[in-house]
Amino acid sequence: MESAREISARTVISIKDMTKTYLGGSFTAVDNVSMEIKEGEIVAFVGPSGCGKTTVMRMVAGLEEPTEGVIFVNDQMVHGPGPDRGMIFQAYTSFPWLTARQNVEYGMKVLGIPTAERRERAQRLLEEVHLSPAADKYPAELSGGMKQRVAIARTLAQNPEVLLMDEPFGALDAQVRWEMQEMMIEIINAEKKTVILVTHDIQEAIYLADRVVFFTRTPGRIKQDVYMEFKSGQRFAGKEELLGQPGYLEIEKQLFAWMREEIKQ
Amino acid sequence: MADTRAEAVPKISSGSANKKRILRLLSPLDHRQTMILGIIGAVVFFAIWQIAHMMTAEEAKRFLPSPFAVVQALIDLIAEKDFLSDVAISAYRIFGSFFIACVIAIPLGVLMGCFAPLRALINPVVSGARYLPAASFIPLLLVWFGPTDSQKIALLVLGVIFFLIALILDNTEAVAKELIEAAQTMGASRREIVINVVGRAASPAIMDSMRNMIAVGYTYLVIAEIVAAQDGIGAVMMRAGRFLKVDVIMAGILTIGIMGVLTDILFRLCAYYAFPWNRKRKG
Repeated sequence: MESAREISARTVISIKDMTKTYLGGSFTAVDNVSMEIKEGEIVAFVGPSGCGKTTVMRMVAGLEEPTEGVIFVNDQMVHGPGPDRGMIFQAYTSFPWLTARQNVEYGMKVLGIPTAERRERAQRLLEEVHLSPAADKYPAELSGGMKQRVAIARTLAQNPEVLLMDEPFGALDAQVRWEMQEMMIEIINAEKKTVILVTHDIQEAIYLADRVVFFTRTPGRIKQDVYMEFKSGQRFAGKEELLGQPGYLEIEKQLFAWMREEIKQ
Repeated sequence: MADTRAEAVPKISSGSANKKRILRLLSPLDHRQTMILGIIGAVVFFAIWQIAHMMTAEEAKRFLPSPFAVVQALIDLIAEKDFLSDVAISAYRIFGSFFIACVIAIPLGVLMGCFAPLRALINPVVSGARYLPAASFIPLLLVWFGPTDSQKIALLVLGVIFFLIALILDNTEAVAKELIEAAQTMGASRREIVINVVGRAASPAIMDSMRNMIAVGYTYLVIAEIVAAQDGIGAVMMRAGRFLKVDVIMAGILTIGIMGVLTDILFRLCAYYAFPWNRKRKG
């Protein structure tokens, strides 16, 4: 199953000359990063551990302030977090005192969405993430993958324009991760989100992203910014279909080579 | 009992598998086994007490009465000396003072856990105050309040509040940072996050801290009721001490022990029903 990607010219996220230093300027985590992300794009941030890719995303989320430079989302300068930029964390963030359904409704409650609409949308999203049989369970009764589905549904329920995913499947075992990746492709296509995905998993990046931004190790700079041209604008629902595409192996080899270069330094 | 069960299960592995250890690391214990062991522990305690009493020389026996004599003294106190009203007054002092301590400590501890400037401002004083012996406040409180109920309640409050604040601060700081950040990215207000995210997330741990600190409150009860008190369990014990009525003193100790156990059970039940989402935590 393939679906064509709509290419839009509208810039949603614009990062200009962004630098982040810590310890009073003695440690530079992110060094002069600029990029533009178009509407509906899935961009993966890839790089070795400690390359600042998560920091860049956290600054887009508004959870951290850049030391220098600015970020615009929809031409609005970013000052602090907001529901237009939904974030999914590696750690499980579903609220343990709420059932799966109440979790999904929580974000909508914060936005003041009326009860009836909340119910309906929560039900639809729980179905979309294949969680309706466990809807009335508490997170403690759910597996890691299911907890992460709750967090994804809760974020989507607020209908954010931008989806920020910080190694969302990093804590899951291989099989569950794969299931979640396939589910994510489906959801992103259905909901038409602009997505930033931070990952250190090269295969995950190639599978999910339309474009990969590769960061250098400390300080984080953009090493390469490549489009997944071998996909020719398509997103593949099944991973094996993707692996069969001509050009897949070349890009995977290329990314591994860049990773090796960075680790060696 | 355990043996018959082991035989009913088909043996999967050989060798050391049939050797069942009682003290295995991480071995689970069901509800019934826990109860039985608890009862055995209590029975052993009273048996040792009884044996000690029997081994005591006849002329000294009044200084170590048997458990039965202590229970008899307790029954006599209740029947003849209106002891239950003393128990009620002590309970009122314990729960009243603990309520006041919680009303101050819970909001303060949670806010200190949420906001670093508040923590920096208050924490040094609170941490230091924990080292002050509560009993050293008695002369001061007597001057301020006189030999009143307020004086006793104030002492009990001082005895627990600083520890309670410190524990609740810890409980609040232990809330996962990601829960707060997730709420922030959903656009939740600061007030909403403090009350409905941090407060909710920390509440089972806060309940545990309260359960532990009310036990400390009990340890101050007798100190509070020894000085300038006419009523309460401590006062009854003090009077008995003057007449060397060891059985009455021990009946007082036993009463405090029973009240303590009941309070502990009450707090556990509250936690169980208030936080159904937290029940499987250890499973």
